[in-house]
Formats: sequence, structure tokens, C-alpha cells
Amino acid sequence: MRLLRPAGAVLLICLVALAVLPWFAEKYYVQLFTKIMIMAIFAMSLDLLVGFTGLVSLGHAAYFGLAGYVLAFAAPQYEAANLWLSLALAMACSGLLALAIGVLVLRTSGIYFIMVTLAFAQMVFFVFHDTKIAGGADGIYVYVKPVAAIAGWEPFTLENYTHFYFVVLALLALVYAALRVLLASPFGRVIAGIRVNEQRMRSLGFRTFRYKLVCFVLAGVLAGMAGYFAAAQFGFVSPETLGWHQSGKVLMMVILGGMGTLTGAVLGAFAMMLLELGLQGLPDFGGMEVAKHWQLLLGVFIVFAVLLLPHGLLGLGRLASRLRRKPAEAAE
Amino acid sequence: MDANTFLIQVLNGIQYGLLLFLVASGLTLILGIMGIINLAHGTFYMVGAYLAFSLSQYFGSLWLAMAGGVVIAVAIGLALEWLLISRLYHRDHLYQVLLTYGLILIFEELRSVVFGDDVHGVAVPEALRASIPLTETLSYPVYRLWMSAVCLALAAGMYLLIQKTRLGMTIRAGSANREMVQSLGININLLYRLVFALGVALAAFAGMIAAPVASVFPGMGNQVLIVCFVVVVIGGIGSVKGAMLAAILIGLVDTFGSVLTFRIGGVQLLPELSGMMIYLLMAAVLLARPEGLFGRRG
Repeated sequence: MRLLRPAGAVLLICLVALAVLPWFAEKYYVQLFTKIMIMAIFAMSLDLLVGFTGLVSLGHAAYFGLAGYVLAFAAPQYEAANLWLSLALAMACSGLLALAIGVLVLRTSGIYFIMVTLAFAQMVFFVFHDTKIAGGADGIYVYVKPVAAIAGWEPFTLENYTHFYFVVLALLALVYAALRVLLASPFGRVIAGIRVNEQRMRSLGFRTFRYKLVCFVLAGVLAGMAGYFAAAQFGFVSPETLGWHQSGKVLMMVILGGMGTLTGAVLGAFAMMLLELGLQGLPDFGGMEVAKHWQLLLGVFIVFAVLLLPHGLLGLGRLASRLRRKPAEAAE
Repeated sequence: MDANTFLIQVLNGIQYGLLLFLVASGLTLILGIMGIINLAHGTFYMVGAYLAFSLSQYFGSLWLAMAGGVVIAVAIGLALEWLLISRLYHRDHLYQVLLTYGLILIFEELRSVVFGDDVHGVAVPEALRASIPLTETLSYPVYRLWMSAVCLALAAGMYLLIQKTRLGMTIRAGSANREMVQSLGININLLYRLVFALGVALAAFAGMIAAPVASVFPGMGNQVLIVCFVVVVIGGIGSVKGAMLAAILIGLVDTFGSVLTFRIGGVQLLPELSGMMIYLLMAAVLLARPEGLFGRRG
């Protein structure tokens, strides 16, 4: 077996660090990292579309938010839902929504695709925001966390925040590994080909529409998985979870980390969530409540990130290693 | 529904559609000619409305506020294109999405810092405060008619500008083949800057004239943006004619959608779901003509 590359070693160290975190960190930080890892799964699902298939979706939060609503519906009020059943149901619903929307939006490409994914996601947003089916604009509570019972036996309980953390960490590693395997498979080579030159893949006889649709649905299902656990952890679902600010945020995570790498999506999720937290904790400055208007600083940050970091944070690392290797060439 | 109510709904639908056209035409021009997807376009609509609100208080007249507001909007457009947008022409749409998304956050928060998060109203100008009586109980406000007339005049002006002037000719040529236009010695950068500023000014102006009837509130820009995306998708990117037709269509569908759902037979539809009508219309257009009614394929 080939020895680990440096990138792989770093990845392994990060994984080990995350695995031992609950023994060293306080409850607040364990829960924070749970939340971040959920967003990392969400970001990876979008990376599959944006980075690997070349489909820039600006409506990805719809599948994330819908799964949360499914959990809220599936749980009898004040009682716990069964984790396995409700999770499967939530992911299936997100997948079906992605199938229905995907069939329509994949008829378009480029700028159209961006606009149409956004428009359909907003349609879903308005369904939950304007009608009374799930509390309207006020949202809906998930009072009790789902129970992971298999025929009376409970391997773990989500009420315990450490258990929750490890479940999400395991899912993060699982989704990462599964996507890696998928992307290395012939299927992954085909979607890479579609990203680079769809016309050529079509002329080679690949039915590119089907491949793209499979990716779109798979990304929706994974986003649903993330949305389910986000709702279970937070105990509350509101239309904002499927609004376009959420879609914009997750897209920013993917780009900030570096798209088309999976690792970048995870890195971006950590960077973005910690940045948000940092901005929200800023002290008042010159009589202005800086923390209240943290989105202003986030906006400025995004603008500068787009202008100065074309390949994301991972691009910085690559740039640094290239500078080290060929200082003379890079200086030109 | 009797004839008078029907007439009022038609007028409302057309007026809403024409207003949408002002915003969407800028969006479609920027998309079609510059290839830039501008999420912040709805934000300029909001900026226009807040300019109308603050300047009309300052000047004491909505007319002066509109004049001043358009000047400010053009300045904002020129500055943004020069500072930020011009760096995006050769980048993927993805980065355009992100940068303009960042602009939305910046403008929304600046709005919150300067004006707070309350809903504001703008008074209808004295000269247009009358209503035209239709029956004893129904009447139609003159201001709304004036709005429609102004929008139509601007649409006609745009048609003349694009079809009949030298500037319009270069704009059309630029959208067909920008390298060729550049190699013929036309300053394409200046052209783009003008088109962007024109789009910003149109969106802001739409916000200004809408302020007295629609009130001025946070998030108003994003609401309009999404509907304008639907308009552009239905009309076809870059087609001003398509934007006009689609905007009127959307205006009528949206207006009648909320009136008619009460009347559908025994099935009580949720009246709130009437907001979905325009998306269903978009889905239908996508199925039949993915490139939009007046779009070019590819």
C-alpha cells in the first residue's frame, strides 16, 4: 500500500483531533463543532454539484430545510420520532424534491441554471413561509430529539450531546469516504468529463442528463441528511433554513475552502462558521453596535475573498507550497 | 367578478408588470450584454425606494427626490462597475454570484444602520393624489395610472435607444460578439459601464416610483429580485422584448392568481398558494422552451 501523502496525513490528524475533542472541550464547544460538522456535510453535498459536476445551484438550502420540516412533521408532538425511520423519510423527501426540481432545472445551464434553482428554492420557501401548514413565518419546534431504537435496543441517544457529536462525526467521515469512492469510480470520471466538456461526453455516447440528475438528487439527499440533524440539534425549523441566505452561505463555504476537493468544503464550513461567530462576538466600536451589523463585515469579507482568493483557502496552501518549491519561477 | 373589478385588476396587473419590467430589463441587459449575473439588482430597487423616502423628506418633494435619486443611482452603478464588477468579466458565474451576494449583505446592513428596520411610507405627490371614479364605490388612483404611463414611456425610450441610436447599435453588437466589437475600436469597457449604470438607474427608479404605493421596507429588494429572475427566465436572457412580455404576463398572473383561487369550484385552494402560480408558469416555459420565449438557444 502506498504511504500517506502529506495531504492525507493532515486529514488524518484533523480526524483524530476531532475524535478526541469531546474529552478536552466544554459542552459549548462540542455542540458548536457538531453544528459545524453538520454544515460541513451540507457543504460537501453542494461541492458534488458545484465543484465536481459544474452545476452552480443557488437553491441548495431547499433540500436542507425540507428535511428539517419532515422531521418536525414525523415527530408526534412532545414525543420522539424514530431516528431511522424519520431520517430515511427526510432524506427520501429531499431526494424526491431534488428529482422534481432537477428534471426541470437541468434542462437549462449556465446563468439560467443559477437563476432557476434559486427561483424554485424560493417557491419552496414561500410554501412554508406563506401558508399555515408548518407554523408559517414563525417556524415549528422539534421538542424531543429522535430516538435511535432498533427493536427496543438503543445504540446511542441524541439527547446526550457527546453521542450526538460522535454520530455527526461518523456521518461526516462516512459521507466524505463515500463521495471519494464515488468520485474515483467510473461514474465520477463521467461527471468530471461533463464538467469539463459536456458536448464531448454526449458525443461519446453518455446520457449526460441522467448523470447530472443522479448527482443532483444525491446532493439533495445528502443535504437532507445534514438538514435533518441540524433540525434535531437545534430543535427548531423556520423558513429561513431553506431561504436563499442559507443557500448563499453554503455556496460561500464551498468556494471559500476551495471547490472540487471535498476537503475544501469541510475547511470552508469550519472557516465560515467560526468567522460568523467571531463577527457576532465583536465589541462595540465608536458607539456603533458592530456585532448587531456583523453581516456588513461578512459581506465585505465575501467581496474581498472573491477578488483575492480565486482558489479558496486550499489555494493558499497550494500557492505556499509552490512558492517553496520554485521560488524563482513563482517570483516572475 | 363584475366588469369594473375586472378592469381594476387588469390595470393593477399591468401596472405591476410594467414596474417589474423596469427592474427586469436592467437585469436582462446586464446578463445578456455583459454576461454578469447580478444578484444585487433587487437591492438597487430597495436603494431607490429608500432614496425616495429620505430625499423626499429632505427636499420636501418627491419630484426633486426622484431627480436626485437617479443621479445618485447612476453614480453608484458607475462606481460599482469600476471597482468590482469589471473584475468579474473573465471569471466564472459562480464568483459573480458570490460577489453580488456579498453586495446584498453590505447594502442590506448599511440600510439597517442608516434607516433602521422599520417600515416607512412615502406620500403620493400632491398633483397625482386624485382618483378616477368608476362606480359609486370603486375608483382608480391617478398615481397608479401615472406609474404605468411613465414605465411605458421609459420602455419606449429604451426601445428607441437600443434599436435606433448608434449607442444602441454598439450595445446590440456587443451582446452578439464582444471581441469583434472591441477589435472594431469601440471602447467596450465604457459601454459595459454605461449599461450597468443604466440597469442600476432603472431598478432604482422603479423603487422610487413604487415607494408611495408599496411602502418602503427591509427585504423589499430580494422579493423583487426573485420575481425578476422568473421574468428573465420566461422572457429569455438579453431580450428586452421578452422581458416586457413576460413582465406583463407575470403581473397579470400574480394579480389574478390571488383573486381567482377563491372561485375555483368546490375545492377550497389555499389562497396563499397563489404566489406559486408564477413559478408554475416558469416551470411550464422551461418544459416547452428552456431558452425562454425570446431567448437564443445555447
